[in-house]
Amino acid sequence: MDEMKEVVLEYITDEYLDEDDEDEVSYDSPLISSGIVDSFSMVSLKRFLETKYSIKLSDEEATPEAFDTVNSICILVGKHLG
Amino acid sequence: MKDFNWDIAKDVLDWKEGEILNIGAICSDRICSRGDGNKAALIWEGFGDKSARYTFDDLRVYSNGFADFLSRQGIQPGDRVCIFMDKIPSLYFSFLGILKLGAIAQPLFSAFGDESLEVRLASAGTRAIITTRKHVRKVRKIKDRLPDLEKIIVVEGNPEKLKEGEIFFDVENSPRVEEFDVYHAAPETPSVLHYTSGTTGQPKGALHVHNSVWGQALTTSWVLDLQDDDIYWCTADPGWVTGTSYGIIGPWALGATQCVLDSGFTSSRWYKFVQDNRVTVWYSAPTAIRALMKDGHELVDSFDLSSLRHLASVGEPLNAEAVIWSGEVFGGLKFHDTFWQTETGAMMITNFPGMEIRPGSMGKPFPGIEASVLDLTTHLPVEEAGKVGLIAFRPGWPSMFRQYWKQPDVYRSKFVGASPNAMPDELRTNTDLWYVSGDRASIDRDGYYWFVGRDDDVINTGGHLVGPFEIESALVEHEAIAEAAAVGKPDKVNMEVVKAFVTLKPGYEPSDELELNIMNFIRKRLSPLAMPQEIEYRDKLPKTRSGKIVRRYLRAIEWGEEVGDLSSLSDE
Repeated sequence: MDEMKEVVLEYITDEYLDEDDEDEVSYDSPLISSGIVDSFSMVSLKRFLETKYSIKLSDEEATPEAFDTVNSICILVGKHLG
Repeated sequence: MKDFNWDIAKDVLDWKEGEILNIGAICSDRICSRGDGNKAALIWEGFGDKSARYTFDDLRVYSNGFADFLSRQGIQPGDRVCIFMDKIPSLYFSFLGILKLGAIAQPLFSAFGDESLEVRLASAGTRAIITTRKHVRKVRKIKDRLPDLEKIIVVEGNPEKLKEGEIFFDVENSPRVEEFDVYHAAPETPSVLHYTSGTTGQPKGALHVHNSVWGQALTTSWVLDLQDDDIYWCTADPGWVTGTSYGIIGPWALGATQCVLDSGFTSSRWYKFVQDNRVTVWYSAPTAIRALMKDGHELVDSFDLSSLRHLASVGEPLNAEAVIWSGEVFGGLKFHDTFWQTETGAMMITNFPGMEIRPGSMGKPFPGIEASVLDLTTHLPVEEAGKVGLIAFRPGWPSMFRQYWKQPDVYRSKFVGASPNAMPDELRTNTDLWYVSGDRASIDRDGYYWFVGRDDDVINTGGHLVGPFEIESALVEHEAIAEAAAVGKPDKVNMEVVKAFVTLKPGYEPSDELELNIMNFIRKRLSPLAMPQEIEYRDKLPKTRSGKIVRRYLRAIEWGEEVGDLSSLSDE
């Protein structure tokens, strides 16, 4: 799980934050409610998780709440990996 | 309605001839002059625990502050000043300040990537941009290609982090500017420039004027039913026209208190915002309503939303299920759909409070608006109930756009019956013409309008129009893509989302990784709205014999519609 958290955090930092961004994102940082990731951009984050972990996330699972922190994302992905 | 004329709006505002006609002053100074300076104008909440509350006197002083500052920077009446920031209080202060100075406010959606920003600033010849530390990075990437852009003003963040040539201005921590000599606008003085997308070419700037306030104020009063003691929440971002016409101008011209939530969307956060601020009137969008629906009845019940008394919606057609659902979960209150667009500047077809709502219908034309649907071939008004045609309006309402910025030919093309060389001022006043909206609808026997869809290839995603040309132009800049077509595909929440069809250059193979790479490429360059949510790889794209990609064929397949006459397609 820790490795997955690192991978997801790195992807979010690379894709959604600018190089000189002063905002630090941690495993618990809100992503959706803070506006770092908007509802449209969630689609590309979902696609990343599906591709990286060879899983399929349903629209019902991919809610703003489930995607709001790296921790909650990893819990969701973890359920699919068993 | 008999004896209607737009001067009723002046009576509603108790505005007398000889008063200053300037939206910036009407929304702030004027409310203070009538004795409501201490009334709450803006109740603001940001992400986390950030919150602030501003009176109309604060609005007056802080908008004066922006006007004074811009004036000292050399900004002149008529200059375009872009506002590029999230929904922070300075957005609202600067908007009114720009107008008080007589300059033209050009608000742009802060999620735009640098390419979308550049296209719009270059088109408008924008002279100054007001932004934040978070968004100034995009400006830095493009400023060297924008010779007209002289001033980059940052209103928030650490001033020590600014680069050479950037100016810091924090209005709330600057000396209060109690007096400013407000620009005396004429009714036709330009006020706001909003960019909107079309099928072909880059986005066009729809120019509005100070006279628009009458349409915006009257529709706010009658359709949104704002009263003196209401707490109003318009969820739209002022980067789009709803966020200025009904998130700034209409409510504040009436002296109403409004709330702004600058935070990412989650259903619980929205309900909490309504509950905590005792919101009474709520103007939102079908996409948001459908997202709320997804989270269900129980979540609604866990909040006290008893303050709500009127709900309305705009952006794309509001489906019947959403109307019925809102009646069930909000104590009998149903969302009242409204139809209008960037070019119309104010509501055109509406469901009034007290009117029988037919779920799924856009309602009826607002008084003073002569509307029709025109036959798709003859462009004559359709007489037959239920027959689909083009939604059209007779020109002349106050908030109508006055031109597409420096594109008179494109403006002319929007009017049925226009003479070949007619200029914008003739077109907008000629009530023998029809302004054609670009949307299709039918009218039932009782005069209710029923939306059918766009008449062109523009994609309406989450209530925002996205031009396929802009997306395709960006797609072919990706190193792997040879050709591209972008169309709207059906989506349960957003009505449509972007789907791209691409052919790849030699040496590239389709893969999930490449698809994700292309998605992120477009998201950063243009915006999250323009990002294809699906990419289909093809060996070739359908084209006419002259080599033009046939989007309508691809779109029809996505929507499960008849593809129509294919005789013009190339056999290759």
